[in-house]
Amino acid sequence: MTPLRLRPRTQAAGVIAIAGVLFSWDIAERTNEFFAFYLLLIGSVYGVFLASDVFLLFVFYEIVIIPKYFLIAIWGSTRREYGAMKLAIYSFVGSAMVLGGIIAAYAVSGAHSTSLADLVAASSHLSPHFQLIAFPVVFVGFAILAGLWPFHTWAPTGHVAAPTAASMLLAGVVMKLGAYGCLRVAMTMFPLGLAPWAHPHLGIHSWRDLFALLAAIGIVYGALVALVQRDFKFVIGYSSVSHMGFILLGLMTLNLTGLSGAVLQMVSHGLLAGLLFAVVGRMVYARTHTRELSLLGPMNLNRALPFAAVTFVIAAVASMGLPGFSGFVAELMILLGAWRAYPLLACSTGLGILIGVAYIWRTMQKAFFSGTHSEDENHRVPQVPRTWAPGSELLSHSEALAPITLPEKLGTILLIASSLVVGLLPRLLLDVVQPALSSPLFDGLRRGGPWQ
Amino acid sequence: MTSVNYTQLLHLLRPEALLVVTALVTMALDLLAFRRGSLRQRFAACSMLAVLGSALSIALIVSERANASLLDGLLLSNPLTKAVQISILAITITVLLLTASSRFTHHVSEYILLILAATVGGMLLVATEDLLVIFLSLELLSLSLYILAAFDKRSTRGSEAALKYFLFGGMSAAFLLFGFSLLYGLGNSTSLPAIATAIAASQSPALNPLLAVAIVTIAIGLGFKVAAAPLHFWAPDVYEAAPAPSAALIASTSKVASFFVLFQIATIALLPAAGSAALRHPARGWVPVLAILSVASMFAGNLGALRQFSLRRLVAYSAVAHAGYMLIAICAHTADSLAALLYYVVTYALGTIGLFAVISCVEEDAGSDLLPALAGLSRRSPVLAASLAIFTLSLAGIPPLAGFFAKFYLFVAALQASPGSTPLLWLVVLAIAFSCVSLYYYLQVLKHAFVSPADDNITPLRAPFLTKLLAAALALLTVLLGCLPHLLINWFGAAIIASGR
Repeated sequence: MTPLRLRPRTQAAGVIAIAGVLFSWDIAERTNEFFAFYLLLIGSVYGVFLASDVFLLFVFYEIVIIPKYFLIAIWGSTRREYGAMKLAIYSFVGSAMVLGGIIAAYAVSGAHSTSLADLVAASSHLSPHFQLIAFPVVFVGFAILAGLWPFHTWAPTGHVAAPTAASMLLAGVVMKLGAYGCLRVAMTMFPLGLAPWAHPHLGIHSWRDLFALLAAIGIVYGALVALVQRDFKFVIGYSSVSHMGFILLGLMTLNLTGLSGAVLQMVSHGLLAGLLFAVVGRMVYARTHTRELSLLGPMNLNRALPFAAVTFVIAAVASMGLPGFSGFVAELMILLGAWRAYPLLACSTGLGILIGVAYIWRTMQKAFFSGTHSEDENHRVPQVPRTWAPGSELLSHSEALAPITLPEKLGTILLIASSLVVGLLPRLLLDVVQPALSSPLFDGLRRGGPWQ
Repeated sequence: MTSVNYTQLLHLLRPEALLVVTALVTMALDLLAFRRGSLRQRFAACSMLAVLGSALSIALIVSERANASLLDGLLLSNPLTKAVQISILAITITVLLLTASSRFTHHVSEYILLILAATVGGMLLVATEDLLVIFLSLELLSLSLYILAAFDKRSTRGSEAALKYFLFGGMSAAFLLFGFSLLYGLGNSTSLPAIATAIAASQSPALNPLLAVAIVTIAIGLGFKVAAAPLHFWAPDVYEAAPAPSAALIASTSKVASFFVLFQIATIALLPAAGSAALRHPARGWVPVLAILSVASMFAGNLGALRQFSLRRLVAYSAVAHAGYMLIAICAHTADSLAALLYYVVTYALGTIGLFAVISCVEEDAGSDLLPALAGLSRRSPVLAASLAIFTLSLAGIPPLAGFFAKFYLFVAALQASPGSTPLLWLVVLAIAFSCVSLYYYLQVLKHAFVSPADDNITPLRAPFLTKLLAAALALLTVLLGCLPHLLINWFGAAIIASGR
């Protein structure tokens, strides 16, 4: 019944995984262990996407934590042990909440197996009261990993600390696990949890309103914070928080357009965030050994690494939502869906998109195009920045930067091509997503919840 | 008074007798024949003899099909006691294998004799429903453990820890005996079912004050044995300073037997005075007392472990925390929760022995069990590092390892304890929250083993082959019991049903 709808995200995970390997070509230290942990991570991610049993899904969901920790703590950069531990604890707290909810549902509903279909069928007997308590626990448990504001703080530090391939996977796939769990477990098992409360508090009428609001806050907040970052990778890290907000908002619209848009955005953001992290981590940082925007500017990167500059421009405009790329279709559908459910939040989301343009533009300009770039000045040695990070081996000659290698080019082309395919032919995905959203699994949501 | 049928008594006691004979034979052979061998050879030979004896004892238990109950439960034999006895013997065998490559003392056969005596104590403890036998076998177990803890005479810290253990233990035994005497006064019998009948007959709405005192003192006495807070102060010192096999035995065999007997006393003798630990409507009885111990243990264990720099002390504090989780199963007191408890305590014991195997390898090489001594372990001995990762992650409760399913079954059993309501929900929520805290210190251990660079020291770790093999085998078992958890838990479940519990 369900394998169909799993295909797009599993395929996206596969594409990102392959690209991640291509961008890890330069791992020199403890290479064998790196790829062992990497494959363990990929394997358990597949496990989560393909499991049709909640228990199995949970098992894989927890296995993901361990390789993530080691990938970041061993091969990471800036404050890696802090970032890794923070990420591990956050994920574990999230999965503990999920486990609590699943055990409670299993024990209370008296289901005979933990297969998702059985559990969903059995939980239709659960009292609305129980669902109203269990839904937020499980939903937040998953949403922690999806970067729901205000539980997102692990994401920027984790992304920044991680090695390139790990941050690609983290932003591209692992955060999607959280959103996927929200949709596939929390919302299907406790559809009545989305129904209005008996007494509204502060103008919020249901958990759905609350989470939609948090998602919208996340969109705007992530974008605003990204606007003032000095570290290149932090910009991308916060932009992930902002884009994940779109997915959660899409889920909370509870209409076919919004939900399909959320699924599309999961795929799209996976590809584009992967690409952005590849540019920052592999193409730029591995060569310049700095991610300070103010130090990168004078290096004339648009001339030294034209391929990186072009890739970043493409990835940046795609994630801003340029028509033709996957980001446009996805965000458009989410906005359309949100307009029907929450007109006010849809407007503020539009604001988030505008700020998104601003921070991308600022970053692009500062990182790649702020050097001396007129033709007659070309022969001059680029300005050496005055402020050094102590101990960093900053290169003063942009010419000394190693050229972009073939694996990197292949990885880039793979990701851009995938994004283009999704952007130009969204039917390919929608044809499998929409029937799946109409499957019996979501019956409870359609019947009981405020489905539109 | 029925006349005692000694033949039947001896027949029932065959497995225990075999262990005693093994111990004596080992001693004789060591003193007469092995005398001239090197220390390592003597340890290996004596341990192997003892392993052989324990294995034969398991075979005897398995081959005995009939159930029996002698003198009102003075001595029992049913599928449940057999299952627990087999677990205890299997755990002792792994401890003996860990002993096989030690060399900290010249009194080899005495050491083995004491391990076997402790095991006999544990086995008798399981096979009885009589207060007197419970107390006697508990003392046999404890006295052996006191000496085992102090066995490394060259270590002053070991002696200090053992003295502390002994003084605490003597005190708690006094409490336990006092509680037992009150129970005897109430029930006019030393047999647990008879006491239960008497308590049920005299049950008024309010709890009899004598019974309340008995409950508290018994909880103190047995809480000490299972290292529940606030009776855990001996644990970190003993774990830190005792020889590795002794510490492993204290953490495993003794735990299994003590938890089982605590469950027996609570659910057979004191069942009419269970009470309830529901937050809204608590009722007086032993459940709230154990719930308090459980909460205190989770607090003290998990928060204490956060600040430890010695691996052994960390294991000790985590043992306190795990005792807290396991007490929840006793609070639930259903057949399912007994199965979950047994699964938990057995897998926990195997994992802890594995941890002590890794610790003794590291100590052999680095001479210290401080966390920095683990640096570079993943490169110096990948097998040991992988085993360490499996043991710690299993203790942290990461699926698909045995520790996760132990927690899972335990929590499910606690939630399903009383149909229609969930009086233990708050305990389960607390336990889940604390297991998030515990991930931090378990990951700290792994961080030192995997992440910290070895300071130019990437020579392979020098450690006894047998110990490494044991660690790897136990790690494999932890994964296996995690992937196929139903094997063990169904075995316990079937034994519990067959014993009519």
